[in-house]
Amino acid sequence: MKFSEQWLREWVNPAIDTQALVDQITMAGLEVDGFESVAGRFTGVVIGEVRTVAPHPDADKLRVCQVAGGDEVVQVVCGAPNVREGLKVPFAMVGAVLPGDFKIKKAKLRGQPSHGMLCSESELGLSESHDGLMELPDDAPVGQSITEYLGLDDVTIDVDLTPNRADCLSIRGIAREVGVLNSLLVEGPAIEPVAASHQEQVAVTVSAPEGCPRYLARILKNVDLSVDTPLWMQEKLRRSGIRSIDPAVDVTNYVMLELGQPMHAFDREEIIGGIVVRMAEAGEKLVLLDGQEVELTPDTLVIADRQKPIAIAGVMGGEHSGVNDKTRDLVLESAFFEPITLAGKARHYGLHTDASHRFERGVDHQLARTAMERATALLMEIVGGEPGEIVEVTHDEELPEDRVIDLRHQRVTDVLGLAIDRTEIEEILTRLGLHVDKLLKEGWQVHVPSFRPDLAIEEDLIEEIGRIFGYNNLPVTEPVAPMGLRPVAEATRPLSAIQRYFVDRGYQEAITYSFVDPKTQALVDPDHEGIELANPISADLSIMRTSLWSGLLKTVAYNQNRQQPRVRLFESGLRFIRRDGEIEQQPMLSGVIAGPQVPENWTNGRREADFFDVKGELEGLFQLLGIEVQFERGAHPALHPGQCARLTRDGAFVGWLGSLHPQVQKNLELNGTILMFELSLNSIVTGYVPNFKDVSKFPEVRRDLAIIIGNDTAFADVERVVKQTAGEHMTALRAFDVYEGESLGEGNRSLALSLFWQHPERTLNEEEVHTLFNGVIDALKEELGATLRS
Amino acid sequence: MENLEQLVQDGLAAVEQADSLQALDQIRVEYLGKKGVITQQAKTLGKLSAEERPAAGQKINEAKGQVEQAINARRSGLEQAALDARLASESIDVTLPGRGQDLGGLHPVTRTLQRIEQFFAQAGYSVEQGPEIEDDYHNFEALNIPGHHPARAMHDTFYFNPGTLLRTHTSPVQVRTMEASEPPYRMICPGRVYRCDSDMTHTPMFHQVEGLLVEKNVSFADLKSTVEEFLRVFFERDLAVRFRPSYFPFTEPSAEVDIEWGREEDGSIKWLEVMGCGMVHPKVFSYCGIDPEEYRGFAFGMGVERLAMLRYGVKDLRMFFENDLRFLRQFR
Repeated sequence: MKFSEQWLREWVNPAIDTQALVDQITMAGLEVDGFESVAGRFTGVVIGEVRTVAPHPDADKLRVCQVAGGDEVVQVVCGAPNVREGLKVPFAMVGAVLPGDFKIKKAKLRGQPSHGMLCSESELGLSESHDGLMELPDDAPVGQSITEYLGLDDVTIDVDLTPNRADCLSIRGIAREVGVLNSLLVEGPAIEPVAASHQEQVAVTVSAPEGCPRYLARILKNVDLSVDTPLWMQEKLRRSGIRSIDPAVDVTNYVMLELGQPMHAFDREEIIGGIVVRMAEAGEKLVLLDGQEVELTPDTLVIADRQKPIAIAGVMGGEHSGVNDKTRDLVLESAFFEPITLAGKARHYGLHTDASHRFERGVDHQLARTAMERATALLMEIVGGEPGEIVEVTHDEELPEDRVIDLRHQRVTDVLGLAIDRTEIEEILTRLGLHVDKLLKEGWQVHVPSFRPDLAIEEDLIEEIGRIFGYNNLPVTEPVAPMGLRPVAEATRPLSAIQRYFVDRGYQEAITYSFVDPKTQALVDPDHEGIELANPISADLSIMRTSLWSGLLKTVAYNQNRQQPRVRLFESGLRFIRRDGEIEQQPMLSGVIAGPQVPENWTNGRREADFFDVKGELEGLFQLLGIEVQFERGAHPALHPGQCARLTRDGAFVGWLGSLHPQVQKNLELNGTILMFELSLNSIVTGYVPNFKDVSKFPEVRRDLAIIIGNDTAFADVERVVKQTAGEHMTALRAFDVYEGESLGEGNRSLALSLFWQHPERTLNEEEVHTLFNGVIDALKEELGATLRS
Repeated sequence: MENLEQLVQDGLAAVEQADSLQALDQIRVEYLGKKGVITQQAKTLGKLSAEERPAAGQKINEAKGQVEQAINARRSGLEQAALDARLASESIDVTLPGRGQDLGGLHPVTRTLQRIEQFFAQAGYSVEQGPEIEDDYHNFEALNIPGHHPARAMHDTFYFNPGTLLRTHTSPVQVRTMEASEPPYRMICPGRVYRCDSDMTHTPMFHQVEGLLVEKNVSFADLKSTVEEFLRVFFERDLAVRFRPSYFPFTEPSAEVDIEWGREEDGSIKWLEVMGCGMVHPKVFSYCGIDPEEYRGFAFGMGVERLAMLRYGVKDLRMFFENDLRFLRQFR
């Protein structure tokens, strides 16, 4: 909310400067976003009077004027279309400096001397308006400084209110806070009931009392809306960020800013048969003041006449029933609309108005009549008119209940951590406008006024006490909590250890968005259905990732496009999969690798990373985690069909490792070989706690062999056969050479293996080893069709 | 015995000329071996009288010693030369760069998160995780933000359907943890959060850490020390901290926390908002089945990217999610 400091000071005037005032209210919880002068910086501008206007002899659009205001009447050449005899205008005399360091000097315009300049609002930094000269009232005293006359030594303060502080959406409310903070009395203008001068009334029927517990209407007959809103009111509105429209709208806005009660003025002629406050009927339409036609939904509270809706209650009036300069009779509305009924309605129609902002947050439900009287009196001053009686329809049972809150002194002490003196607490609450009854030995009964709908429970009051006492005046103490130890599962590795593992192996961690481009996802993981956002920020971030690869591959492209050929990235985070109608959110760890395995160096650093480099790194990870993972030949739509491994642990799925399918790679516009893996974190983080076994003191025996097998026979099969036949004392099996060549025959390869045996309690003899070794060879021949390579 | 003298002279000369260890060894055999010319001199002793023999024997031994010494000396010389030659040939340019894997790095957000977790772990806080696709109840309702609440407008929420959304803060993790276990609690909840907002200073996804301490006797004063100490250890500076009244539906009293961040032109402290905090709202306790008369608690929350930006001087929030390697590598 924006307001004028001067206006505030009419209500309460602490002896502190603007900066101190702003700091004070910020520290009371009304955060000031900023403040700025209400006009540009200028000097030497006075109220001038145009005495005569004559045409310029050499220019059609210029006039030669004689202007009073300075020490003597001087000639000024002016091009504004609204310059005329008798007009009072801001007059920048020779020597004046206007905003932007614009110095006014004696000049000649098309040959005619000009001693000064007549100013528009924009030239004084008052507004953006360029509609000719700023016109001042006829009674403006000629020669007076314009700064003094308009009270321009003022700032607009912009306070960013939290949604609970609806009470501060008015000068009255801010003044109340400032009064509390400075222990000053707050005094607003005297508001007296305006006596009716006739008996005419508008009929009011409230058929939705839960949404509108109180509705007041009053007729003001025979007004003259063609007059201008007085400058003082226009200025206060302007400094509060509201543009002057016409006197009726300006007065309702003025009262809203002053007291916090949004109001509305209807043209009485357009109300057929009386006012009905009701819920809208489905399909009803209304053209709003801003010109847009809306189709109303049945949960919308409307102001209607006997035939049709004429306003969305508490949001915006209709165009048709609005006032204009020909309106003769006004119907003024001042009501209390219930916040929950109005919540979200403005937004539903794409609107946000000063009225809806206030009603949604809670307007003082006792304010409607005061505001009506204030508005009536102001209108009569400006546009004349004859007031009727106020018609009020109030459903007391629907009004917010009076709130009485028990407050315990001990609770205040416990929550704030300081025993604040009882009298100080009473004083703070009283200054806030609360009525405090000393009731119980241990506390008070506090009556909450209608202007503080946010105060409902004891904690609300404790916050108020803390806030006014000052959070920074409260002590700072260490919390006291038990020192118990927490269990840490040794077999489970924290994510940080896994992250560290990859960092140590040259991987850079990335963090990509959890929502991705559906097109990329369809390429990378076509088998899973992504979960779509109803209101994505953009089409390329509209679907939840089912694989971290989508974001990582985009990141590879981003970096390859920036001359970064070597990319090693990993990311951990959730993937989101819909399975049997349920949403699964699984923590994954994924990586992508492109470019050389090690940074290019002066010997042999340009070798591209391959499948086995990455596999080795994953095997290292599994060693770290203390788990055994099987790599099987697998098929994944994003991976090269011949270079794809499916990973399992004890038969359960762990993840994938492979190189990116060349077709997908082409579609994603990526360069080089790209390897990638994705692991389900939950399936790998828990390994084992070490369990010591005796170290054998006896020698290890090694036997090597080379076999020729078919290309379609996997090493895993060889391994399985060897393990089955080599006996319980085989300690290791290693492949030390893999060779394919013409000499072996088409579709064959040679595999060289080392087998190791060791017995825990004795030395194995030559014969035993020989038997086992031959057994292995026979099994390989028999089960896999292997032949020994000579 | 003149012969012996000569033999020694010859031997010494031969040693002097030996240019390899093999040559030297041959000389040793030739002069000092079993059949070596000096060794053979011992045979002449038999021709001498018993009185002459000791002196002559000693002479022979002296002659052997003389040659042996020369051989040894020459050997060390040759060995040293060989070693020198080898060392010279094996000399490398130690200024050439090393080979092998580069070190990667953690993302600055992770780095920041890990620091924050470390501080709170030391004080006995556990780290809790929860789902990112949340239900309306845990993200709003149980945190005292009912459907009509104007505070919902403060959270530009991503929805899947009216009851399912992307969490807008990590507070629902606190709710879930409180639902699942008994007080007291000391926990932090780090993680990704989402708001439907994207411009220079907002990304639709960012990270938060929220903390919660629930005990029988805890106050706003305790909250103040926790927050102040955290900020000072995080920035490793004794900076001024102030608490400014604010509003969050799930805490009361609520405060925004500002830290000292430079000076204004007039010399006054320039304050920068870094986090929010407050005492847990009694309604939140009630939703989680905890008696607010028995337990009290404080909660605090911070944006991780914001803290990382301040700590490391990053100017543009969006860089965190571009994952440009030239950016990421600065945080090894």
